[in-house]
Amino acid sequence: MKVASRPGASRPNYVAGGFAAIWLVIVGLPIYTLVSWSLQTRDSFFSRGPLALPGSLTLDNFFEVLDSGFVRYLLNTVIVTVACVALTLVVAVPAAYSIVRSMSWASGTMFRVFLAGLAIPAQATIIPLYLIINKLQLYDSLTAIILPTVAFGLPLVILVLVGSLRDVSTELYDAMTVDGAGPFRILWQLVLPMSRGAIAAVGTYTALGAWNQFLFPLILTQDPSMRVLTLSLTSYKQEFQINVPGMMMAVLLTALPVFVLYLVARRWLIAGLAGVGSK
Amino acid sequence: MAVLTEAPAPVRAAPAPPRRHTHRVNRPSSWYLLPAVVFFGVFAALPLVLVLYLSLTDWTGVGTPAFIGIDNWTRLFGNDAIWDVTWTTLLLTVLCWVTQTPLSILLGVWAAGPQRNRAVLSALFFLPLLLSTAAIAMLFLRFFDPYLGVGRTLEPFRNILGTTSGAITAIVIMVGWQFVPFHTLLYQAAARNIPKVLYDAATVDGAGRWHMFWYVTLPQLKNTIITSSTIMIVGSLTYFETIFLLTNGGPGTSTRTLPLEMYFRSFRQYEFGYASTIASVLVIVATSISLIIVKFSGFAKMRSTLEGL
Repeated sequence: MKVASRPGASRPNYVAGGFAAIWLVIVGLPIYTLVSWSLQTRDSFFSRGPLALPGSLTLDNFFEVLDSGFVRYLLNTVIVTVACVALTLVVAVPAAYSIVRSMSWASGTMFRVFLAGLAIPAQATIIPLYLIINKLQLYDSLTAIILPTVAFGLPLVILVLVGSLRDVSTELYDAMTVDGAGPFRILWQLVLPMSRGAIAAVGTYTALGAWNQFLFPLILTQDPSMRVLTLSLTSYKQEFQINVPGMMMAVLLTALPVFVLYLVARRWLIAGLAGVGSK
Repeated sequence: MAVLTEAPAPVRAAPAPPRRHTHRVNRPSSWYLLPAVVFFGVFAALPLVLVLYLSLTDWTGVGTPAFIGIDNWTRLFGNDAIWDVTWTTLLLTVLCWVTQTPLSILLGVWAAGPQRNRAVLSALFFLPLLLSTAAIAMLFLRFFDPYLGVGRTLEPFRNILGTTSGAITAIVIMVGWQFVPFHTLLYQAAARNIPKVLYDAATVDGAGRWHMFWYVTLPQLKNTIITSSTIMIVGSLTYFETIFLLTNGGPGTSTRTLPLEMYFRSFRQYEFGYASTIASVLVIVATSISLIIVKFSGFAKMRSTLEGL
């Protein structure tokens, strides 16, 4: 607790600490089973029970999942994620720049519309989305997943980018103008470098959302060749009925790239945010 | 909202034409907004309007929706099953809020403290934030499996998904496991921003830890409590994957919520018009609650959703 920082009150807060410890067990137990089960053979898992440490470790489950179409689904997910991040940034950065700098009526209004867009629950729009995607003849394609994902991510992304661009001082824009730079050059040479941190943050955020989404792929695709990882878990569920270690390995593998991204992007994020903050 | 997508068209702002050596500031035109507006308009705003229209139609998912007036709406309100579904949705919303809020506040305030080992522990706490709902649901489905899961060793979890109260408990546990870290982040950030002077003043007055928590920390977290609660409530009203994958609405239809009912009616029973009525109810309820948050808490707070990622 905050109060612990003041002199004389540095005794530990046992109540909150106790709760934290309990919570650690609650968070840890399913994670432990996820890792432990996925690294055991089925026999070992059945005989040793759910909570015992694995007797011996095996990667058999890994290869079994890999042989069950995993690479295809991984590739689809990577395509969707990369496309979502790229499209989001290409669309949102100029929009945020215009909202902050154009001072026009349209920009102000649209900003308010995007803010209101934060309130739209995506779940409630799946039926009309299904209709629209069908009319555009995009059903059962990765594009069908990408387009609505970008659209529903835009409000928050634009909000964060606008917040960061507002911190760029007017003098810098003026200096660029004196140098004869047009809006596009200003966007390229001033706005982009200055909002690196925010771009990294929203990029990571968008990537995480795109990677982990389930609903749009569920209703907008059908064919196994268009299947993404989250959706593949439902088919692994059928395939690996009682093969619990195999199922757990599939779950672990869908999340593994996210852990890696987090480890890489986290450092980058902090550096980027610190960069914007110090200027 | 359909009108708004056309809004930028007549506007030609940007007073200074580009690339002219003047001392006037070069401003980007509103056209820079166009791609974002098109995306948002077609795939987010248009569906919102369309769902209301579709609720007035009869549509099997193929062909053109046929306009039938308010039939779906009279059917919705005359249907007893929908009240059960609504009750389940509200019950889950309340249970999720009641369990997550105190926990998140306690953990957030604790994690905002200065000790170093908390940083390490917090990193562990936030692991569930990285997993997809689908992955978490599959993990818990096997975790709670009556024959293969932890129920083999931990008696209380045996057959937890087989009874109504058990299934609801399982959903509340999973939702808490997944989202408490996020709300903890919100409270952690807010608790760090409480001015230290307030605690100093309370110390001078001789307040103990409990008093400080109750009379300083909690009131200072008021805005965050509003923000966090609204996100929780709207989230709980619209959970789909969690329940779809963990209990599939079962046992029977006892954990079927409004979003699940909407999905089963449309993509399983091909009554897309009727399902749109349920969707409209969801839009109206969830949107009004969310708009209240924007009013109450100010937009800047929304930034905190990115912290810790």
